[in-house]
Amino acid sequence: MRYLPLTTADRQAMLAAIGVSSIDALFADVPEAARLDGFVDLPRAQGELEVERALGAMAAKNLVAGAVPSFIGAGVYRHHVPASVDHLIQRGEFLTSYTPYQPEVAQGTLQMLFEFQTQIALLTGMEVANASMYDGASACAEAVMMANRVTQRKKAILSGGLHPHYREATRTHARFVGFQAKLAEPDPEAREDLASEIDGATSCVVVQSPGVFGQVRDYSALAEACHKAGALLIVVVNEAVSLGAVRSPGAMGADIVAGEGQSLGNALNFGGPHLGLFATRERYVRQMPGRLVGETLDAEGRRGWVLTLSTREQHIRREKATSNICTNSGLCALAASIHLALLGEAGFTRLAALNHAKAVALADRLAAVPGVSLVNDTFFNEFTLRLPKPAAGVVERLARKKILAGVPASRLYPGKPALKNLLLVAATETTTETDMAAFATALAQVLA
Amino acid sequence: MTDWSQAVSQFRSDAKTTATVSGNRGLQIEEPLLFEQNAPGRTGVDLPEPPAVRSRLGGITREGPIGLPGLAEPQVVRHYTRLSQKNYAIDTGLYPLGSCTMKHNPRLNERLARLAGFADVHPLQPISTVQGALELMDTLAHWLKTLTGMPAVALSPGAGAHGELCGIMCIRAALEARGEKRTRVLVPESAHGTNPATAAACGFAVDSIPATEAGRVDLAALRAKLGPDVAALMLTNPNTCGLFEREIREIADAVHGVGAFFYCDGANFNAIVGRVRPADLGIDAMHINLHKTFSTPHGGGGPGSGPVVLAESLAAFAPIPWVVHGAKGLELVERAQGSARGSIGRLKGNHGQMGMFVRALAFMMSHGSDGLRQVAEDAVLNANYLLARLKDELTPAFPGTCMHEVLFDDHFLKDTGVSTLDFAKAMIDEGYHPMTMYFPLVVHGALLMEPTESESRGSLDAFIAVVRALAKRAKSGDAESFHAAPRFAPRRRLDETLAARKPVLRWQPPRSDRQAAD
Repeated sequence: MRYLPLTTADRQAMLAAIGVSSIDALFADVPEAARLDGFVDLPRAQGELEVERALGAMAAKNLVAGAVPSFIGAGVYRHHVPASVDHLIQRGEFLTSYTPYQPEVAQGTLQMLFEFQTQIALLTGMEVANASMYDGASACAEAVMMANRVTQRKKAILSGGLHPHYREATRTHARFVGFQAKLAEPDPEAREDLASEIDGATSCVVVQSPGVFGQVRDYSALAEACHKAGALLIVVVNEAVSLGAVRSPGAMGADIVAGEGQSLGNALNFGGPHLGLFATRERYVRQMPGRLVGETLDAEGRRGWVLTLSTREQHIRREKATSNICTNSGLCALAASIHLALLGEAGFTRLAALNHAKAVALADRLAAVPGVSLVNDTFFNEFTLRLPKPAAGVVERLARKKILAGVPASRLYPGKPALKNLLLVAATETTTETDMAAFATALAQVLA
Repeated sequence: MTDWSQAVSQFRSDAKTTATVSGNRGLQIEEPLLFEQNAPGRTGVDLPEPPAVRSRLGGITREGPIGLPGLAEPQVVRHYTRLSQKNYAIDTGLYPLGSCTMKHNPRLNERLARLAGFADVHPLQPISTVQGALELMDTLAHWLKTLTGMPAVALSPGAGAHGELCGIMCIRAALEARGEKRTRVLVPESAHGTNPATAAACGFAVDSIPATEAGRVDLAALRAKLGPDVAALMLTNPNTCGLFEREIREIADAVHGVGAFFYCDGANFNAIVGRVRPADLGIDAMHINLHKTFSTPHGGGGPGSGPVVLAESLAAFAPIPWVVHGAKGLELVERAQGSARGSIGRLKGNHGQMGMFVRALAFMMSHGSDGLRQVAEDAVLNANYLLARLKDELTPAFPGTCMHEVLFDDHFLKDTGVSTLDFAKAMIDEGYHPMTMYFPLVVHGALLMEPTESESRGSLDAFIAVVRALAKRAKSGDAESFHAAPRFAPRRRLDETLAARKPVLRWQPPRSDRQAAD
């Protein structure tokens, strides 16, 4: 077996050194009834070639988003990732290292995470960011639990513009952790007024910028209303590229930002691994979940970095920890950080402008298709169309024409028939004129 | 702190002899932060000029610069290459971190995870266009179920601790479905910190179970703590002392006897994979860290993946989405209704860590049922070889053989002036990542070593020679050299107290720049 260096002779010699006659002796503590004599009923070892063929065959059964015009977003966006990103994250010293518990031999990971924390704090307009979470939805649930700790209250109000996966993940946590999650109705037109719902028991209000239906709103007044009532405003961002054009959550008065960073440097990956982002105000840092990297000095007085404020974490505090999270999304954070380093201020803001321009062109084009109307009055790179018939069937028919037309709202809101004609459509810098023309033409045909 | 300041003055005098003009030391090159290499307007990505359009942002636009530094591609590539060279990694050497399972990461798995048919597929594409992706998830589920003997698996958890959360939530849901409200979860003292943190997060009181002299759960103490208010026992097996819980079936019976569930932390499944099926031990739920047993790369802190295998009694509560066989092929159940009405709901976005599923399945298929059994055997053999060759120089925490990892306490360092920490830092100078230190908590000054199946006998012999020599040196009274360690790493000991007392968690422009900007 190509991954196992011990030879039969090694094994014999080592058993002799240990002083046992067979490997079975080392498993003697396993109860007799639980010992497997033979192999489990699964295929035997295979060479690289065979494994590559088998998994390659599975991969070949999927429609590759990049091979066809694709307009699917809803929290996961197809951006161009520069070649050097994937090259650098595959350096073995990053790829095959552990969490940086021994800082003297992990300065690479630690410095990278310190830079990542700074980049995310800058993008979100917040003071501090952590070293990442699993993904946006789980980060959102953690943000609500943090707000509950900070305010010592137990009621969260979740906007109808918040991605349903984030709402559902938070609701699951609410049931088992023991807090109330009040879900506002889905809000495609961004008309909701959550300020009037806040009361003395409210720990936080969670909104998304831009919203899941694409709307861009200013949450400054909502932030004020929250603060007046002693509650926190949590702003979710699941298209990180929007932060190059849209006003930052920090500038709107957010107390916590929970987000998804997949758009930066990370592939679609059929939904994972992605990159949870988490940022807040400095005064709340000791209530934050997750790992934090801090600057310090070594014994020669040289600058260096360590994991810090670990007394919040499970490996020190055990049942009193702020969260049970341990492993997070380190390598995805590295990819995002490299992508941002390559873009820089000029590249990142241009990327955002380009995304917006493509979406504007696409929205104008699709809204001109007979029977189709644009729901949004504002959007960044994703918007909602109202079709004259259920969107799911339209999307299925377009998929047969090799066009990934977007996400039917019914996929995200299966229990809401009123939304069944809505279609979420995204454009990014990868969208071409030809893609747009193909989509508009095919949509007109399918609706005719 | 006298030792510390002596050590510092020792460093300073060393530093003079090793000082260079640049601060670099051969291949160890000092690298400034990205932010210190900024030239405004510079970029490493060429993008076309955006066409002029009427903005639809509603005037809600970013005001002022973000503050991202501008670098060109050569600078970025060099920056991260230099940073990478400051990391220890399994690619560079034996990584004996007990409980963390740092084994070889096959590059085939990286190649396969990057196939466009997996990496460039959107989770919300029509189901008809992702049949291969669902087939991969279904195949992975089949392997995990077969290897554990369990009837169901929840694939979505994002890492081991997330899997624990999933498992404990399922247990609570099952209890609620029985109309029971139980309040306590039992956790052994030697458990990973995530276990009590998870139980507490789900609203349970955590009750600690002591260990016996032999490093295992004290069955009598467990029985005494069991009662109708106990929801679950969370147990790691093999446990964090590297020992198999001999009485595990009695433990399971006792737990089931009071109507509670048996949750197993599967972090150490790599020790028994292919030789023991957790179902045969009486386990009701167990997460599997794909980055441990099935070698998805740890990436300096993730991403992980923590599927949870579930007994029949818990299967109905598994989080959505579920992959199921339907009339038109594979389907995704994304809503907690119908057959999934008992589901605890969604734990995270989308369907799970697909990229990790591909890597883990490639690892499993490469090894096969025969190779996976060999993985467990070689991991256990390697750990016992370390134990056999070190036990006269170090002090094993418990008598007898071990499983995949071997635990020593710090008795061999008694009266030497050398602590477990000092010993670990001396390992760095010898070119090794230190073993896990001060965990588990049940042993004084713990040193936990896990070589994994990836190490050759030659590699183990070299490691053994270093550990023995260091132990001898400590006993010979040469404490000073340990206090000064590490001397040859990119940094010497870092002041963690300073970092925590005055947290600096992000880069800030130098004060003079900030004032100029104002």
